[in-house]
Amino acid sequence: MSCALQEPDRSRAIVRQAASISAAVAPFGLVFGVTAAHAGLRLVEAAGFSVFVFAGSAQFAAVETLGNGGAVLAAIASGCLLNLRSLAFGIVMAPSLKGPRWRRALQAQLMIDEATAVGLAQEGPHWRRRGYLAAGIGVFVTWNVATVVGFLALSSTGDLVERLGLDAAGPAAFLALVWPRLARSRQRACAAAGALVALALLPIAPPGIPIVASLAGVLAARWTWPHRERPASEGVDPTEPGRRS
Amino acid sequence: MSDAVVVLVGLSIGSYILKAAGPLLLGGRTLPPTLQSLAEFAPAAMLAALVVVSTLGDGSSISVDARAAGVVAAGVALWRRVPFIGVVIAASTATALARALAG
Repeated sequence: MSCALQEPDRSRAIVRQAASISAAVAPFGLVFGVTAAHAGLRLVEAAGFSVFVFAGSAQFAAVETLGNGGAVLAAIASGCLLNLRSLAFGIVMAPSLKGPRWRRALQAQLMIDEATAVGLAQEGPHWRRRGYLAAGIGVFVTWNVATVVGFLALSSTGDLVERLGLDAAGPAAFLALVWPRLARSRQRACAAAGALVALALLPIAPPGIPIVASLAGVLAARWTWPHRERPASEGVDPTEPGRRS
Repeated sequence: MSDAVVVLVGLSIGSYILKAAGPLLLGGRTLPPTLQSLAEFAPAAMLAALVVVSTLGDGSSISVDARAAGVVAAGVALWRRVPFIGVVIAASTATALARALAG
């Protein structure tokens, strides 16, 4: 059986998907750079987050907690908890990521929503790996360039951040991140419960704690919303807009 | 070391362990159901909490200020299916306007 004719088509499709998903993360990267500058980070620290943590919502959560004067442990814990799903992604992608250990170790750094989404949209381990790598590398480059550009554009402007209302960019980014999840009722219940827990703890708990404690919202929602909608392995839809983690 | 560097190192290590556990260690095994359900639902709860804290938080107290107007505008923009950059512009503009009107 020959796949010679199909191959260029599949490659082109992967490049197209990877390019559009990479372009889509650029604004988030810009906002991360702005947020990091506003939270008082140095450029090298902001860039370090985007290179080494490389997970959007975890980076935002950690920097938000830092900027708010939160404890170091709370910042690390909230970031890691938001990244729990990359553990699930890794298990789904593992069969497609063959090769020597060092290569799998490098590829694992790209284990984010976008790379997994494009990877899983392909058929068979070979194409899944190509899709994963194309989207992962594309997003990595865009995300890091955007972080530096966002940081430099705003780090020197002082109170311009507040005059332009850019301190609302972070909250708007969080809302955009949670938005696609609100389509499902159980996710909505978790989001509402998490928001309530955070609101209740905000005036009394040390900074950072309300975010970590919002996990209790998952348990509360499970308790009051006992039926399962579908198996827990989360589907990843590459066409879903604004889904950045 | 500054707090930011400590968080950077800690979160990099923690995130990498979560990312690499599948490809390097777990092979074809699946997660226990409790962890699976946590991985699926934790982001919604925590991101919603982040919206609340980053909008209303002011150190350790609640403050309803111009940022709230921005988040309302962002919600309207998302509901109207505006792309992300438009959501951020709407939020920033609303916040800047509210601040200018109030101050």
